[in-house]
Amino acid sequence: MNRSWYNLIWINKKARLGIIIVSSFILIAAVGPIFFEDPNAYIGTPLLEPSFVHLFGTTGQGQDVFAQTIAGARSTLFIGLGTGFMIVLLGLIVGSLSGYFGRRIDNILSLIINIFLLIPGLPLMVIIAAWLPPGPFSMMGVLVFTGWAWQARVLRSQVLSLRERDYVNAAIITGESNIKVIIYQIWPQMLSLIMASFIGATVYAIGAQVGLEFLGLGDVDKVTWGNNLYWATNDLALLTGSWWTFVPTGLCIALVSFGLTLINYGIDEISNPRLLSERIVKSRLPNLFNRNGSTPVARELFGK
Amino acid sequence: MNTSVKYLLKRLGIYAISGWAAVTLNFFLPRMMPGDPVSVMFASFRGKLKPEAIEALKQTFGFTDEPLLNKYISYLSHLLNGELGISTAYFPEEVSSIILSSLGWTLLLVGISLVVSFIIGSLIGMIIAWRRDGKLDSILPPSFSFISSFPYFFTAMLLLYFFGFKLGWFPIRHAYNSNLIPGFNIEFIVSCLHHAFLPASTLIFMGIGGWMLQMRNNMIGTISTDYISFAKSKGLSQKRIMIWYAAKNAILPIITSFGMAIGFILSGTILTEIIFSYPGQGYILYQAVQAQDYQLMQGIFLTTTLSVLAANWLIDILVLILDPRTRK
Repeated sequence: MNRSWYNLIWINKKARLGIIIVSSFILIAAVGPIFFEDPNAYIGTPLLEPSFVHLFGTTGQGQDVFAQTIAGARSTLFIGLGTGFMIVLLGLIVGSLSGYFGRRIDNILSLIINIFLLIPGLPLMVIIAAWLPPGPFSMMGVLVFTGWAWQARVLRSQVLSLRERDYVNAAIITGESNIKVIIYQIWPQMLSLIMASFIGATVYAIGAQVGLEFLGLGDVDKVTWGNNLYWATNDLALLTGSWWTFVPTGLCIALVSFGLTLINYGIDEISNPRLLSERIVKSRLPNLFNRNGSTPVARELFGK
Repeated sequence: MNTSVKYLLKRLGIYAISGWAAVTLNFFLPRMMPGDPVSVMFASFRGKLKPEAIEALKQTFGFTDEPLLNKYISYLSHLLNGELGISTAYFPEEVSSIILSSLGWTLLLVGISLVVSFIIGSLIGMIIAWRRDGKLDSILPPSFSFISSFPYFFTAMLLLYFFGFKLGWFPIRHAYNSNLIPGFNIEFIVSCLHHAFLPASTLIFMGIGGWMLQMRNNMIGTISTDYISFAKSKGLSQKRIMIWYAAKNAILPIITSFGMAIGFILSGTILTEIIFSYPGQGYILYQAVQAQDYQLMQGIFLTTTLSVLAANWLIDILVLILDPRTRK
């Protein structure tokens, strides 16, 4: 990843907004919990509305919603990013083996990938998570097991096309080992896709994690975003009208996922030359470029 | 043999293997887990069933001292007879009858929301792609990608809070008015639709964005092809070119992705049903998790997997019928 690549991302408006949103949440997750002793502590009357004393009000069990929202960020983001990393690693390994070696290995691995894609995710996660002792490692294991296939499929097709390039064949002919060709010749050429994969997997991991915890399959004593929502419904937030017990957490989840998606849009625009060149053309020739026509005609572009 | 038939048989083979993988996973999962899962699994029966009855259940599901292969075969044969065990959460009902009585509600929700969100989403996608410099094209895609960032059940909670709790326009739980007797009459159907409105709206609202973006991107691809310019030069009306020339071709690849979408929508439906206490698969899955009813959980996993596989095969057939390029 060289400097200009990083600059390109920063210049992209969508990606910049995404980076700002996501890094602020990471900062909050890292620093925020220091200011609260115990987010589970009983600090006042249950179900107080938001006020200056308790910014986001209190939960049905008299805990501070603001403290819980901040504390939840740490564990949810940590598991989300960690799982995202593991999913990409597994997806990259399976995808590379499948795409690079082809033939029988590809047939078998592709079949496994397709099976995992066909089996509905949430019920599968539930039956595995229900057997495991609740905890961050069980959670990560379940999420990786059910989430790797999509990324493997995306990465496989990229490896498949890079495999046919001349420079890869040249490297093979010079006697490089297969593993070295994959790691040193192929992977560096698909960094932007790997990055996009990591972000996509993280979005998935956050959403799925929150869903499982909402079902009560996480460690319900821990403060996480999913558990906040689990306890909010368990304390009948909807029947008592206490919207403040679930809205802050829900908005935080949405903002983080949205921020990550924005970064991915940015990466997509940068790594897809068609989108990029069109943007440049558009910025240089405002309002002259008729995209509904088949091919831009010089007369159309530059006037009569 | 006809190539289309061959293709359908090949797809059927993949679905059969996937179904077998799900069944096998279901069998081995409790046996691979740390600790003593079998006693955990049957612990919740204690005090409800006689010890002999528990023994009989263990026999049925292969938790005996026989060799593994024998157990596996006996498990498969019980499955083929539709025996999924006895629920502890809804004791003493059988898992298969609980699932059967709730499957319809989930199919209703998934079906309505898939079709409606697909129609609305692709219509919007078609229009914003056709007017690519318009205001809608700069507003709708980013707003919908923000909306799709919400967890399904959070959207469900918001809708329930505003339209069910605050405004009281829609009922906040169950699938029909409990004073009514289920039957094929107008009063009952209206009550069903009234109850399904908010859960279905959640799923439709969350689903539109994806279809819209796909349709928009495909349309942009077809718009720049030569046959569209040709249609324009013939002087056909804009509307006609947009719908019958560009959209018609742009929509086919999207139908292929219906299969993937079904699994995803199902997960969303499960979570949405829980919020609205809507008596489908999601609601009973939640009850099963709360009561640690493993038989019911595994039964739901199997039925939902098999339904998704069946739906995928139907979509394969649909694509063959709709797209002449796939039939040779």
